[in-house]
Amino acid sequence: MKTLLVIVLINLFSGYCYGYTDEEFGLQIMEELDRRDSGFGDNTVETKMILKNKSGDETLRMLKISTLEVRDDGNKSLTIFESPLDIKGTSFLSYTHALIPDEQWLYLPDLKRTKRISSSNKSGSFLGSEYAYEDLTSFEIQKYKYKYLREDIVQNKTCHVVELYPQYEDSGYTKQIFWIEKDRYIPLKTEYFDRKDTLLKTQEYSKYNQYLGRYWRSNEMNIINHQNGRSTKMISEKFDFKTNLTARNFDQHSLQHSK
Amino acid sequence: MKFVSYLRFISIYNRSYIFIFYKKHINSLIFLVVALLFVSPIHAFELSGVVGLENLGFLEAPLNNQQHSNYLSGVIEPKLTHEWDDSKQMFTFEPFYRYSQYDNRRTHFDIRELNWLNISDTWELRVGISRVFWGTAESEHLVNIVNQTDLVEDLTMEEKLGQPMVNLSLIRDWGTLNLFVLPGFRERTFSGSQGRFNFNPPLDVENSQFGAQGFKKETSYATRWSKSLGDWDLGLSHFYGTSREPSIIPSTNSTGGLNFVPQYPIIHQGGLDLQVTKERWLWKLESIIRSGQGPSYNASVGGLEYSFYGVFDSKVDVGLITEYMYDSRGTRAITLLNQPNQLIFFQDDFMTGVRVNFNDEQSSEALASGTFDRTTGEKFYGLTIKRRLVDNIKMLFEMRFYNNNASINDATYFLRRDNYIRSELNYYF
Repeated sequence: MKTLLVIVLINLFSGYCYGYTDEEFGLQIMEELDRRDSGFGDNTVETKMILKNKSGDETLRMLKISTLEVRDDGNKSLTIFESPLDIKGTSFLSYTHALIPDEQWLYLPDLKRTKRISSSNKSGSFLGSEYAYEDLTSFEIQKYKYKYLREDIVQNKTCHVVELYPQYEDSGYTKQIFWIEKDRYIPLKTEYFDRKDTLLKTQEYSKYNQYLGRYWRSNEMNIINHQNGRSTKMISEKFDFKTNLTARNFDQHSLQHSK
Repeated sequence: MKFVSYLRFISIYNRSYIFIFYKKHINSLIFLVVALLFVSPIHAFELSGVVGLENLGFLEAPLNNQQHSNYLSGVIEPKLTHEWDDSKQMFTFEPFYRYSQYDNRRTHFDIRELNWLNISDTWELRVGISRVFWGTAESEHLVNIVNQTDLVEDLTMEEKLGQPMVNLSLIRDWGTLNLFVLPGFRERTFSGSQGRFNFNPPLDVENSQFGAQGFKKETSYATRWSKSLGDWDLGLSHFYGTSREPSIIPSTNSTGGLNFVPQYPIIHQGGLDLQVTKERWLWKLESIIRSGQGPSYNASVGGLEYSFYGVFDSKVDVGLITEYMYDSRGTRAITLLNQPNQLIFFQDDFMTGVRVNFNDEQSSEALASGTFDRTTGEKFYGLTIKRRLVDNIKMLFEMRFYNNNASINDATYFLRRDNYIRSELNYYF
């Protein structure tokens, strides 16, 4: 009884001294990141994807992406393909959820057909790029478990280094390591580890701009696949916030006449 | 005003005059488009589209010596869109023209889209010519009834002719209710006497019959309610008007020779379409009940699709599809000469298919399928491959084989020499 009391006291004391466990601290960092980015309402952006293969040949993809923030749930997004021209007008509607499967629809303008598609395709390539579908869906706290690793310096900025373990099904990753800048709580670098826990991809975020005096968005992201030597650069232009989009702009009707 | 009168004209046309009609009114059409170009800032217009070359080659010698073994053709389908009023209003114009060597009926012009769309919070209104797709299944499209099939384009029935319509969509919490008034009836397109996929005795499309009393009904009506409930996507529809699918009536021509005449009766058709999306599984069902075209009947197609993503640590996705098709009319021979008939290909058939999506820079994809008739033993095989060659050019390769020894009572009998290979080169702008 006495020993038990001593153990309990020691534990309490050490916990108090230490502050938080690595898991708790990791979660707190990501919650702060999430908190600082919430309230943006909606935005639209024009994105250019440059796909580069091993020999350096480049292929272009142009996208228009609108996002609607949804309170207490994942975001809704509508992606319209602008080029290559043979898929122009094809559009992709996604309702992200934290742990239940996302809802996704694809509109094919040739047949004017809307198809509900399986959202299990988390790890598949998005339009032949090095981005997987799961890399492009909205960040939700409940999707991962967290662990704080250390402090590090990336792009001359002091960063928290946090490990994320996907909790949703069908992820292609065992973990992702994020370098989160201490001052602004924005990611500067991410490493993705495949199901065999070997390094698969590294993404770097640069050219951050601030919008509405609060929200930071990277205008240039580059992801390199270490296993196949390919890379994809994503250049974002014309970020537009608070554009009066509503849920009505993210339904199956809007999917059909977006262009 | 111009637009409204144009619609009135459209509503009285008839397939055999369609070409003359377009020729006659092409000036007013051009006027309409030019007028729209002038009333709005030019930069708001967007032009895109496709120009393509096609080679359609057949493996067997034709059934009659008027037909050919190889057909070259070209297609153009530009699309002009214009948005204004903060994207609440939209205009779309999409004409279509195909020229085909030898086949005077496959050479055809159509207006796929010419409409104005008004978007509001709880409703949308579309007026003009447009196309609508309903349904979930892959092997056949039972509930998809608003538009007439442009059969000369593709035997898979996926290509549709533009249909004049007034379409009001009510978008509410309880789902979406679509109401359609469809003035003007389009007859199905069939190949000309020198074209392939022909009937024998020939089909006389100049003398189509309409309705039970020979009365051609102009306007059809349709409605569809649809809603997504979690992983369920459900649609219920009803159509009343002229059947898009003709019955085939044995008849005699002016010189006493035997031929077939298409007959388009007035029907009621109720439809159900459903898809349940459970992780990697897609469960699909379409059912219809039709009355007014022979005895009432029902037909269904149902099945599932399962996907493997990133097989063998590659980017390649593989989907497996299986569907069963049922038709309560059962097997009926087109060649029975004593009754109106319909071509029923799928009344007790299984379709299995493999879809491969390579997820490469060229967006390469392939679909291979086989369809087997459990009653008659008929078989169809299909293979489609698509790949982008350079930025704006995409190629398509398609093979479709039917069993060559179909019996005279089988629906595929008239296709017994029509195994084909289609190659397409399309330029997008």
